[in-house]
Amino acid sequence: MIEIRFHGRGGQGAVVASNILADAAFREGKYVQAFPYFGVERRGAPVTSFARIDKNPIKIKSQVYHPNFIIVLDPTLMNIADITSGLNKNGIVLINSDKDPNYYNLSFKTATIDATSIAIENKLGSKMAPIVNTSMLGAFAKISGEVTLESIILAINESVPLKKEENVKAAKEAYEKAMIL
Amino acid sequence: MVKKIMTGNVAAAWGARLSRAEVIAAYPITPQTSIVEKLAQFVSNGDLKAEYIHVESEHSAMAACIAASQTGARAFTATSSQGLVLMHELLHWASGARAPIVMVNVNRALAPPWNVWVEHTDMMSQRDTGWIQFYAESNQEVLDTLIMSYKLCEDKEIQLPAMIGLDAFYLSHTSEIVDIPDQDQVDRFLPDYESAYPLDTENPLSIGSLSMPNQWYSEFRYKIYEAMERVLPKLNQIEEDFYKEFGRKYTGPLELYNTEDAEIILIISGAASGTIKETVDTFRKKGIKVGLIRLRIFRPFPSEALGKALSNASFVGVIDRSFSFGHEGAIFTELKASLYGRKSVPMIKNFIVGIGGRDITTDTITEIYENCFNCLNNKKVDVSVEWIDIKV
Repeated sequence: MIEIRFHGRGGQGAVVASNILADAAFREGKYVQAFPYFGVERRGAPVTSFARIDKNPIKIKSQVYHPNFIIVLDPTLMNIADITSGLNKNGIVLINSDKDPNYYNLSFKTATIDATSIAIENKLGSKMAPIVNTSMLGAFAKISGEVTLESIILAINESVPLKKEENVKAAKEAYEKAMIL
Repeated sequence: MVKKIMTGNVAAAWGARLSRAEVIAAYPITPQTSIVEKLAQFVSNGDLKAEYIHVESEHSAMAACIAASQTGARAFTATSSQGLVLMHELLHWASGARAPIVMVNVNRALAPPWNVWVEHTDMMSQRDTGWIQFYAESNQEVLDTLIMSYKLCEDKEIQLPAMIGLDAFYLSHTSEIVDIPDQDQVDRFLPDYESAYPLDTENPLSIGSLSMPNQWYSEFRYKIYEAMERVLPKLNQIEEDFYKEFGRKYTGPLELYNTEDAEIILIISGAASGTIKETVDTFRKKGIKVGLIRLRIFRPFPSEALGKALSNASFVGVIDRSFSFGHEGAIFTELKASLYGRKSVPMIKNFIVGIGGRDITTDTITEIYENCFNCLNNKKVDVSVEWIDIKV
């Protein structure tokens, strides 16, 4: 079983991201589960969400404590929360950042993608509050190899209510630009 | 039939849509969930032909459902925690008036402090309202139980309302694969509701007027008692019909998981059973005989089935995700009472876990099984009720 944990802020689309990822893996014949952990539904508040992907039916219904992948939608969270807590020692951290992966100097394999710029260029959300989730998923498809970009695109088309084309374009661009250490 | 990824809330809305609910009354503010939002969308898109009534409180939502049901309409509402307890008065009215309403309740803790996470106290405290109570483990089960509930509740021999509980977040907000049945299949399985005594201006009748002690009040209540006694056998038959139509099997009030030869059995209701199954698998791989009973129905309480399922167990741990202050967990109380008088009874202990949505992990469950083994080896239950995973 592959477990993924998303860290974001309310409004960035972390919850939708976990759903799109689950949907994409489901389209590849996997069993999936995705769910959020939040208190108040408020823009800017830290939000965690989870996804599980397995070739067998998934029984477990608890939160994810030892993920294989961590996806950080907002780099400012790197300083205020123990983002890599519980990450599998062979796990990968994917950060929305314009920096090189080396910059973070983590003891885990690290990847970065400037999802904020990609989202702004594609007019996803506003300049002040860009919606970066679909860009992050495009990058995830590249660096993880767990799900194809094609499935991510199909799932985006199913789940995203507005600006489908722009979201797909953002995912493709992020797939091309993702940097891994 | 089509398989899709959806949350428990969306699965519940699909259940109401496929059941062709004719009147939906709902109050839209927190702790309400996206169930009624999705249904509003279905109605406004024309996917579901229903009267959607925006009311000013959950109390009014239930009042509207009762009135609708008494005209012969199939009524639906959804609520959660504070909303459910606000309905309390009218829950009694619904069962007393024999209105076969089906309601989905997202099980959430009650305030204060505010907490929108899972706990079962909201529904457990409606125990005596005369409603049938289901607790689901998966989103598929939410959808399927909703369809089966209308068939059960509207049966002339039952004529009672039912509420279906789904755990907040672990089902309500969790996306899983759900098989959405074809409308044709559901229509075959669940015909239109026909009330035996509909309110009709052409043939006026009065419902709910005064009944003196020497008149029929006792008999009205006795009839509800009799109807409740018929629920489990009737459900058994409905589940068989459901299996024939849809190919999914449900096993009445209990789901048994590795119980046959189990020394220690845990009992729970709700979605955390999935995490227990995972833990049972781990113990079984080491050859340790543990099992799980998932209680799918709390009212009517399946005393007979539980007695039978526990007849070979040495030790039973009852997990309650609710608490009756001044006593113990609700399932524990009911189970002990129903075991009274049986020839051989297992040792039994109550574990209070996952209150206010605290995560129940495989580690939590492993600790509980080990706690049970310790009691069993010492041939003594150390304390009757133990709160697990508490920071004080």
